Amino acid sequence: MIFDSTATYISTDELSMAVDAAVKLERPLLVKGEPGTGKTLLAEEIANSLGMELIQWHIKSTTKAQQGLYEYDAVTRLRDSQLGDERVKDIRNYIKKGKLWQAFESDKRVVLLIDEIDKADIEFPNDLLQELDRMEFFVYETAETIKAKQRPVVVITSNNEKELPDAFLRRCFFHYINFPDRETMQAIVDVHYPEIKKELVKEAMDIFFDVRKVPGLKKKPSTSELIDWLKLLMADDIPDEILTNRDPSKAIPPLYGALVKNEQDVHLLERLAFMNRRNSRG
Amino acid sequence: MLINFFLTLRKYKVPVTLRELMDLLEALRLRIVYANIDDFYLLSRTCLVKDEKNYDKFDRAFSAYFKGLEDLHGMLESLIPDEWLRREFEKTLTPEELEKIKSLGGLEKLIEAFQKAREEEEARQAKEAKEGKEGKEGQEGDDPEQKGKKGAGGLGQGKKKKAKKVWDERQYKNLDDSVELGTRNIKIALRRLRKFARTGKEEELDMKGTIRATADNGGMLDIRMQPERKNTVKVLCFFDIGGSMDAHVKICEELFSATRTEFKHLESFYFHNFIYESVWKDNRRRMNERLPTFEILNKYAHDYKVVFVGDATMAPYEITHAGGSVEHWNEEPGAVWMSRFTHLYDKIVWINPTPQETWEYSNSVAMTRELVNGKMYPLTIRGLEESMSALTK
Repeated sequence: MIFDSTATYISTDELSMAVDAAVKLERPLLVKGEPGTGKTLLAEEIANSLGMELIQWHIKSTTKAQQGLYEYDAVTRLRDSQLGDERVKDIRNYIKKGKLWQAFESDKRVVLLIDEIDKADIEFPNDLLQELDRMEFFVYETAETIKAKQRPVVVITSNNEKELPDAFLRRCFFHYINFPDRETMQAIVDVHYPEIKKELVKEAMDIFFDVRKVPGLKKKPSTSELIDWLKLLMADDIPDEILTNRDPSKAIPPLYGALVKNEQDVHLLERLAFMNRRNSRG
Repeated sequence: MLINFFLTLRKYKVPVTLRELMDLLEALRLRIVYANIDDFYLLSRTCLVKDEKNYDKFDRAFSAYFKGLEDLHGMLESLIPDEWLRREFEKTLTPEELEKIKSLGGLEKLIEAFQKAREEEEARQAKEAKEGKEGKEGQEGDDPEQKGKKGAGGLGQGKKKKAKKVWDERQYKNLDDSVELGTRNIKIALRRLRKFARTGKEEELDMKGTIRATADNGGMLDIRMQPERKNTVKVLCFFDIGGSMDAHVKICEELFSATRTEFKHLESFYFHNFIYESVWKDNRRRMNERLPTFEILNKYAHDYKVVFVGDATMAPYEITHAGGSVEHWNEEPGAVWMSRFTHLYDKIVWINPTPQETWEYSNSVAMTRELVNGKMYPLTIRGLEESMSALTK
């Protein structure tokens, strides 16, 4: 498998498989999924994994397929000709290369990201069919054909705002990124925020028992506030059945275990529970 | 951390994604709030909710999640075995106090008495609460006495009486877009419709105008732009009037007339219950001045978008039979007229002010819905939005 989870991106097996297939068979990979599931990030990670440069083409509602190839700036040329600029003589000076052109003429293989393709006009994907298939296009102004030296790895993302035409879909491999399940979510959170829970819990206890102060905190949280805070931080560690089970005696071992796992100093915890009981009876 | 909270929010249909959770964790890492649940409520709302229509759902999810957490409280208390606690407690007492306790029969007895008194107190409070609901008469006199007793006994309130939390107040209920339209959210509905109108304008180079302007300018380039021709929005509205529809029509009318300045062409007509061979423009003149529907079909081309507003509630024969109309004798059934519309116009929607849950129980609503190819939407903000996007697709 050439693409797998990295230190900063968690990839599911299906996703790794889809990327693998797309890269090896040199077909574009169309990625859909709910917003926030990491579609755009995927292209960056693929580029990193494969050690390729990433060319990003972010599609807007006004984007036309031609812009991805090149743009001919006729207006500037007209103006220059009025001023008598020498550049006017060579039309090549007014051809601005688009992202596809840049990807095609690169000596090394690159990753080309076409981001949010469904934002553009409905005909947009159809206008790119030949370019994606044969990886070449014709420039009318200079009468030359630009052909890809190496077929770029094309990653296309869509937010599902519009239906994509069939002819286009047939040319791509498709993958739907599911919303991550709980374990994947936890893994992703751990990748970005390791130890955050431990830190916050320990800090809360330290502050409460005046072992240290948090800068900017005006007053110490009260016992009940602190208990609420701890509950919030540690709620994930307590299995649902315990939360809904009304029999406290059954809860003790897992709760104790959960608390101990996050807080080395068991004594501090016991002191806290004692003070809490005292306060609620006072 | 906070994964369960996140999943609860999704269960309540708050559209949160990992991005938002990460933002919230970052905020916690930076210690923006600290050990304060009210602050946490505000912070999490800022990070996780991107539209006020989701505020109410967020409040409900938050409330549900924290109710679950409250139950943890009892468990935390029972974490420490009683024995251990007593020993600790005794350590904190002075020798004199220890003596006193011994004279009262020992710590055990004291705690028992304490518990019993507290239980009695709680029972009495519960009873009062019950009585308070049934009859208020004896209540006033009793109260000060109760308060006095509480003070003397030094018993704390067993039950926690929390101030009502911000998220339980449900102050954003109105902004929830599945709630029916009312005067308060008409402004929001207006905003959505206006979006519909403006999708019509785009700029493109006006070749002729540019050439002329450049020539007039002595050869110096002068670029002119013009709005793209094909996209101006044209709308035909048909309102069901009379009987049950009167209350709803007013709101709809206000809505559409407010956007009249935005639409290039807006024509509205009235009908009663269903569409037949004539409609009218002025309700006072409905008996005398009627417009034949055929005229409308001929006059307004197929690129007009058609909106019907009505409750579609009538006897089924009013749709299916000649002579079915309750007001007059119609030569052809309503269904035939509607099919003429659907054949001519590509974009037709029907907006129904009655609640969507009741639609399946009415024959006429189901029939109407089928006749407009399923494009029936409720008169809520979301319904309006969906109908508008159905018209623009």
